[in-house]
Amino acid sequence: MNAQVKFPSPYELKAPKGAEGWRDLYPYYALFQDERKEGDENQFWFCDAQHWPTPFRPFDTIMADFAVKCLGQYNTRHLLVPPANGVDYRIHNGYLYLSPIAVAPEKIPERVPHFLERAGFYFQNWNKLLDNWHIKVRGVIDALDALRFEPLPDMVPKEWVLEGRGLDNTYYLLENYESALQLCYKAWQYHFEFLNLGYAAYLDFFGFCKEQFPNIPDQAIARMVQGIDVDLFRPDDELKKLAHLALETGVDAALMSGSVEQALAAVAALPRGKQWLEAWSAAQNPWFNFTSGNGFYSSDKYWIEHLDIPLGYLRNYIVQLGKGITIERPTAQVAAERERITKEYAELLNDEVRPIFEQKLGLARTVFPYVENHNFYIEHWSLGVFWRKMRELNRLLVAAGFWSDPEGLFFLSRNEVRDALWDYCCAWAVGGTPTGPHFWPQRIAQRRKTMDALAQHKPEPALNEPPEVVTEPFTIMLWGITTDRISAWLKGPADSSRLEGMAASPGIVEGPARVIRSPDELDQILDGEILVAPVTAPSWAPVFSKISATVTDIGGMMSHAAIVCREYGLPAVTATGSASSVIKTGQRLRVDGSAGTVEVLAN
Amino acid sequence: MGAQIGDQYVIPFEQASNHDVSLIGGKCAGLASLVAAGATVPPGFAVTTRAYLETLAARRLECEIRTRIEAVTDTDVGAQARIACEIQDLIRSEAIPDRITDAIRLGYEQLCARVGQDLPVAVRSSGTSEDMPEASFAGQGDTYLWTVGADAVVSRVRDCWASLFTARAIAYRGKHKLAHLEQAMAVGVQQMADARAAGVAMSLDPSNGDRSKIVIESVWGLGEPLVSGQATPDCFVVDKVLLEPIKRVVASKPTELVADIANQTTMLREVEEARRNVASLTDAQIRAVARVVKAVERAFGAPQDVEWAIDARKTEDEGVVLLQCRPETVWSRKASAPVVSRSYAPGIEGVLSTLMAPLASRKH
Repeated sequence: MNAQVKFPSPYELKAPKGAEGWRDLYPYYALFQDERKEGDENQFWFCDAQHWPTPFRPFDTIMADFAVKCLGQYNTRHLLVPPANGVDYRIHNGYLYLSPIAVAPEKIPERVPHFLERAGFYFQNWNKLLDNWHIKVRGVIDALDALRFEPLPDMVPKEWVLEGRGLDNTYYLLENYESALQLCYKAWQYHFEFLNLGYAAYLDFFGFCKEQFPNIPDQAIARMVQGIDVDLFRPDDELKKLAHLALETGVDAALMSGSVEQALAAVAALPRGKQWLEAWSAAQNPWFNFTSGNGFYSSDKYWIEHLDIPLGYLRNYIVQLGKGITIERPTAQVAAERERITKEYAELLNDEVRPIFEQKLGLARTVFPYVENHNFYIEHWSLGVFWRKMRELNRLLVAAGFWSDPEGLFFLSRNEVRDALWDYCCAWAVGGTPTGPHFWPQRIAQRRKTMDALAQHKPEPALNEPPEVVTEPFTIMLWGITTDRISAWLKGPADSSRLEGMAASPGIVEGPARVIRSPDELDQILDGEILVAPVTAPSWAPVFSKISATVTDIGGMMSHAAIVCREYGLPAVTATGSASSVIKTGQRLRVDGSAGTVEVLAN
Repeated sequence: MGAQIGDQYVIPFEQASNHDVSLIGGKCAGLASLVAAGATVPPGFAVTTRAYLETLAARRLECEIRTRIEAVTDTDVGAQARIACEIQDLIRSEAIPDRITDAIRLGYEQLCARVGQDLPVAVRSSGTSEDMPEASFAGQGDTYLWTVGADAVVSRVRDCWASLFTARAIAYRGKHKLAHLEQAMAVGVQQMADARAAGVAMSLDPSNGDRSKIVIESVWGLGEPLVSGQATPDCFVVDKVLLEPIKRVVASKPTELVADIANQTTMLREVEEARRNVASLTDAQIRAVARVVKAVERAFGAPQDVEWAIDARKTEDEGVVLLQCRPETVWSRKASAPVVSRSYAPGIEGVLSTLMAPLASRKH
């Protein structure tokens, strides 16, 4: 790559207007510091807009911290992946930048036997270990769920005094906060326990196919491996079942109007209303622990706390059923296609190679359900409970007068929250008044303004000089960042009426665009529109029965948009880089999910 | 008229079968087996080798031909060219027995009755040794496009017979020690495809033998300039399993071969600017060609080399019709898949090698 062709240095990039104080929002270790400029400027950093598409609040740094650290620990310390350590990170202008750390060539051989032993054990005992993983994760969820954040009482309970406990309520309050953080940390460690290996096995099958069938479309490989009954689709499937049941029990009309409370009350008044309401309640645990975001933001809305979201989708399904539209995913067709494709490729191989194909495919199919399903158990369920508990804590501090902002806590870092809690507890104990109510409100207001200013600004896709060739396997697999992709970024969009991306799910469709920049806008989508978004989350699944295709800025073959679209039989083009800013709602598009192109046909 | 189809001078494609190569020649046998396999082929008939051989016998032409050929050596190019002309003149000037011309006329009239009056047809040589899996003997005989009327068809059939004795064919047989008179010539008479675009397709990637691909070459208009190497075609690579185009190389196509109906021939004309650098097939047409090629390969159980056209008069299958089909000869004789060195290790060893030799450095 030409030496002049490089991305800007973070040391030259100015803070967006109105966000000059943004560095105060994030911890020192996550910033580009002048003291280590030389090293940081010599590294190539790419923006992880796939997972953090918008700037994140100070508290939300916890997710970047834990995600990056826990991804790294498995490569570097648990499994000793021979060529790859973890991925280093920095926060700049509110966005997360990543830089993979390679292993020095001379250190690689000594890691090999360790890797073979450790990773080999996981592959050999995959299902047994995974069963145990589910038990461990349930333990985390239950422990998080059990945590209480209650206002401190006027008196320590009499029983505690009489039993000679010798501890007060602040001890438990502070302990519960630490426990919540630790449980979140635990969830993130478990998140990566199988993930890197899952991707590596997939990557191995992927590379094998690419050699046996040069230029085989990536989506062909994905479709051979991809699971059919994925837990990630369960929340949406539950809504579909509820829609059918609503028609069956005759509560459909009652559900269609008013607020959640009004609709549920109307259902309760009907003869078979109880039956439907029982099903509605039963579905919520655990399947409504489902965010319309990706679980990384305190602003994520989880269904279980916002029943209007699932009810909205449910109403849409009831309308579709009324029109005689099939709302079920074509699972039988997807399954039959998967078998056809696999069989046809296998038949093209000779007898020597076919068993290897089958072995690698078998391993990929064993490990890949984890790659798809972990998302529900960690991001949706575990983190959903974590965020719910932090909101509980926020309400406590609002009640204690620390701030009135309904989301104030999330404008503090997690360590500042610890200080605020101490402030609250200490003032309670000494019988004085805390400093927080004087200190935090204007700071939170200021930080909100800074966040708003950051959000107005689009991140640089990468920083500094890119490597000649991207060789880091996880960068390619998890983020879809290849040498080609980087050169496309450097070139910039050549022609705004034609975009190229990854051919993620086949088919050609024409229709009007609907640009969605946040999950709050999902209810604007009309039947037959083409969803254009920076990135989609799996929980957007219910809108996939309305749309005719998906176009995203970011995401590889195994990104959520790609997986869901293949599942729904919709064309998808991912990793276009700029579709959501170039395309305007209402423009007529032609999406070719086989060629990976998007054309703007008319305004 | 006393001529009947039962004379075996003329056999409609759908009544011929692949076993009749000695009777209907390789090209017609290929078309007959395509029809039998359910592919869409423009209707037509074969003028059999029997028609040719009986014409030679009736006019005692074998002797004349043999004498001339034996008089020149394999290396005397000038003499070969001269006797080639003489032999061809001989074949063209001697009258064909009535029973045979009647049969050819009847074949054409029945085709017209079936498809349309004054039907333009392609008259193509169908030799008994070309189109064999073992030898790429393509392009040896003549082809006449946009022929209309029974007289013209008879005359073109005779031209095809004569093309068995071009200097090139004589030299080829000499070089390969083939007996000149053991080769017989059948002729295919087939409804002319009204080709918007046409070309060839192989049910494997000829550059590396990868059987998971279908490679299509395509030009505007008729496919002959492509087949004869006079035009640079567009090239499309399709994944055979998904039937998705994965590569498109669009060539500049300054000319196209189209019908010259008044003169019963074809003419090369300039392609207007707007179409010149545009793909000659839509994605839907690419998929349709691929689908047909895949079906043909499956029916014949071996990689195939196919000539096709997009017929403007047809609506089903995006207008794809097949004009010719023969077994692929180069890679078919090799092991079924290209031998690959890496990625062979199964299990954890394979995963390790994948991590060690990163994909991106091998991609693109």
